[in-house]
Amino acid sequence: MSQDLELSLYVFVLATFLGFELIRRVSPLLHTPLMSLTNAISAIAVVGSILVAGEQKSVLSTVLGTLAVTCSMINIVGGYLITYRMLRMFRKSGKERS
Amino acid sequence: MIEPVIPLLYLAAAASFVLALKWLSSVTTARRGVVIGVLGMALAVCGTLLKPEIVSYRWIAVAFVLGSVIGVPMAMMPMTAVPQRTALSHAFGALAAALVGTAEYYLQTPHIDRFTMSALALEVLLGFLTFTASLMAFGKLQEILPTRPITYRNQNVVNVALLGVAVAAGVYLAVRPETAWLFPIFAALALVFGVLLIIPIGGADMPTVISLLNSYAGLSAAAMGFVLNNKLLIIAGALDGSSGLILSVIMCRAMNRSFTNVLFGAFGQVQPAVAGGAEEKTVRSASAEDAADILRAANLVIVVPGYGMAVAQAQHKVRELYDILTKARVEVKFAIHPVAGRMPGHMNVLLAEADIPYDKLMEMEMVNSEFPQADVALVIGANDVTNPAARHDRDSPIYGMPILDVDKARTIMVIKRSMNPGFAGIENELYYMDRTLMVFGDAKAVVGSIVKELAGGAMH
Repeated sequence: MSQDLELSLYVFVLATFLGFELIRRVSPLLHTPLMSLTNAISAIAVVGSILVAGEQKSVLSTVLGTLAVTCSMINIVGGYLITYRMLRMFRKSGKERS
Repeated sequence: MIEPVIPLLYLAAAASFVLALKWLSSVTTARRGVVIGVLGMALAVCGTLLKPEIVSYRWIAVAFVLGSVIGVPMAMMPMTAVPQRTALSHAFGALAAALVGTAEYYLQTPHIDRFTMSALALEVLLGFLTFTASLMAFGKLQEILPTRPITYRNQNVVNVALLGVAVAAGVYLAVRPETAWLFPIFAALALVFGVLLIIPIGGADMPTVISLLNSYAGLSAAAMGFVLNNKLLIIAGALDGSSGLILSVIMCRAMNRSFTNVLFGAFGQVQPAVAGGAEEKTVRSASAEDAADILRAANLVIVVPGYGMAVAQAQHKVRELYDILTKARVEVKFAIHPVAGRMPGHMNVLLAEADIPYDKLMEMEMVNSEFPQADVALVIGANDVTNPAARHDRDSPIYGMPILDVDKARTIMVIKRSMNPGFAGIENELYYMDRTLMVFGDAKAVVGSIVKELAGGAMH
């Protein structure tokens, strides 16, 4: 196994455990915003999409890359916006929405 | 030179995502979490745009504009449509990963090593199957497709066989990446499997399915990280993958069912009527006026909302009821079952949208001890999660599912359109109890007339 791969596997396993610990602490009250936020975060696929679209190595890869950037961008813009919109709605008794 | 800075930008982005999830744990810090999440994504995008490999920004710019133009209206959908919207965005996320994987395959073969090809196959498999599966889930939630499970003989055998063939094709590609003719077949198998996977799953199981698709979309991004050797993608994908997995486990537990049962059990088919059990059972029905009288005299009212409230768009009328009762010094709380609605936390968002304070929204474990003290349990559009059969009837399909102890309240009021059974396709014995009053009608209209009665009564 190459060192790069070994390192990547370590990163993956540790990040998964970190994810479990973080998500377990999220109150069920916020499970819908949680899902829309993680959905926006998974649009990190934009990194790979931009590379494929910008390298312009072949017509096919540029077309697929451009489509992929579009899809990721929909999730980034839509995901963060709706999460923020939802969270603005939560207010405590006796307090106005801020 | 700017290039050495890029890994640092990626590192900062990864840290931002971790902080975003950490701050989402409580309502007071959650909005800060979104802001840092946006910051992380901006760092990731900027870092990537600075890479010297990028020779042209033209198509990237076009895609940015196009994505934003579609993304903004998708964020403005009403809160009742959030489950559909989420399913649709899972589809987009998964498609992005699958398309990148496809492009990488055609760019890199035949000079691709086996490990990279394995990760790429996994990325493409998960990406394409999540894409069609999410579209199917969207169709079911939007009710373009029938929400009841569609089943046929040997369905599970067909599904498992298809997945087996797809995995075999993936393994073959990993061993011999130069087999280019197999790649489109592999992709097609993944697309078809996604469709077949969702067909037998019913609407009430969507909270689990959506969570699981969330997890797959994340894992697909993580696999892309292995292909591109990019740690940021691995971290963000892993966070997303674990999040979706935890949520689906929570959903399964809240229904006392296993993953396999949710995915392959075709739960929620209409049950054939039990022969011989057709004894005449009577229900007590009440008018909005009766309901208003009882509510006015109560000290503690616990409202139990369900998917029916979302369908009837009754949340704003429920807020009016909450306001008028609270003013009359009646304490009102809301009991939220983990699987109420069509995605995790669906009811909380709807009630928050209607401006009901979140400290009145109680989780199942917290609120169940309060039902015996409640004068009224008001069930609006919830059904199976209130069925006492889950506690004692070993033959019931929902036996063992944790439920809200609605039957322990002094009076139970159920607002329901008709006596039709709920999603599990079974009768709810709660409706036949002596202390239960049925108020028939559309949830929005009924709650509206109760509010009117209460307001009218206060003027006398």
